[in-house]
Amino acid sequence: MTQTADTVVIGGGVVGSAIAYGLAKRGARVTILDEGDDAIRASRVNFGLVWLHGKGDGMPAYGFWTRRSTELWPRFADELKAETGIDTHYVKSGGLSYCLGETEYARETETLQRMREQAERDPYETRMVDRGDLMRMMPGVTFGAEVLGASYGPHDGHVSPLNLLHALHTALMRLGVDYRPGSSVLEVTPAATAGGGFEVRTANETFSTPKVVLAAGHGIMPLMRPLGFEVEILAERGQIMVTERMAPMGLLPANGVRQTAEGTLLIGTTNEDAGYDVSTTPQAGASMVRRAIRVIPALAHVRVVRTWAGLRTLTKDESPIYEESARYPGAFLATCHSGVTLAAVHATDLADAIYNGKLGADIEPFHSQRFLDTKHGR
Amino acid sequence: MAAERITVYVDGAAVTVSANDSAASAALQAGIGYTRLSPITGEKRAPYCMMGMCFECLMVIDGVPSRQACMVTVRPGMRIERQTGARVLS
Repeated sequence: MTQTADTVVIGGGVVGSAIAYGLAKRGARVTILDEGDDAIRASRVNFGLVWLHGKGDGMPAYGFWTRRSTELWPRFADELKAETGIDTHYVKSGGLSYCLGETEYARETETLQRMREQAERDPYETRMVDRGDLMRMMPGVTFGAEVLGASYGPHDGHVSPLNLLHALHTALMRLGVDYRPGSSVLEVTPAATAGGGFEVRTANETFSTPKVVLAAGHGIMPLMRPLGFEVEILAERGQIMVTERMAPMGLLPANGVRQTAEGTLLIGTTNEDAGYDVSTTPQAGASMVRRAIRVIPALAHVRVVRTWAGLRTLTKDESPIYEESARYPGAFLATCHSGVTLAAVHATDLADAIYNGKLGADIEPFHSQRFLDTKHGR
Repeated sequence: MAAERITVYVDGAAVTVSANDSAASAALQAGIGYTRLSPITGEKRAPYCMMGMCFECLMVIDGVPSRQACMVTVRPGMRIERQTGARVLS
């Protein structure tokens, strides 16, 4: 039997769930079709930064979009907590990127300067801090001799990505969203008549809907062409280590190390081209740990409990892609590698745009059309 | 063949145990009851699986925190101490 929905969202990770959450709040009757536990699921393997730092080099629109999400995050986290009782552990703490040695410090200074100049007004408000500043910011931490300073982003923070996904799914249930795990989509077919909507087919069921959102990370690839999309998504492997639980160290989150609310330290990460292989390697572990110890030497004595690997969903310029199919209006595609950071803006501005059927000026720059302009290609 | 008897210190008290025993076994023989407090709930915990799987037996051994006491063989004079709450980085 064919079932109906106002919108079918394909993908129940943090991207699809945030969009579905926003759509449901606006009154849409939403069905989410998700894969099972064996899916390549970036939402369950990531580091948990809510991060503006370094986003949008060469594409200031991405800087502004991310800044907007960091502005929305506190309220988003409060809302999820109030609706579900689940604490996402979001803290807008500010965040760091450590610089070891003069070369790194100089390079980071230059990067901040360049990114600031690319935008008409500065969305980042990042600044360089020196070793003395770091010691004042984190009086309980002893830094390695090579730590000359760091770049500091006041809008950055961190969150438990697992709690976030759990909170979103719980909120979706409360909103009456029809969430279906183990429902891999085999095919999405536009109706024969223009404006006739779409048929979404799984192994056992068919859904008829006027709107469909492809938000399935790597799972978008086999579904997009019949809908008139042609985007390229790369897999990039990242490995992360987790340590035993430690007493709170008063550590600001950084892109290589953060302390979770539970007390564990996460140490990361790598950027590897390994296809769809999610194995961990001792070499990556050693290099991550080596750098972490150069930053905070006392980490040498901390026990590592586990290492895991996940696959980022990357576009060629690392910025998100959002677009509506020109050939089949009503079909939307959303993909990014910062689903956690962008969850707040996906649940509001992006959901609004999809609900209203119009991706506005703030979202237009993210159309994959930009790759045809060689300036953006890599 | 009976193993040699040696002396270790469990929370400062001398205990004579078999040289083949684990530190967790020594703690149990010393009768201290619980061997750590959970860093999250503060609950009392004690060795459970005795084969390196459950991580319930984490103790401070010769000054090193978070060691799996069931996987450490005693040595003469070893100091085996209860671990209280989360480890502090020093």
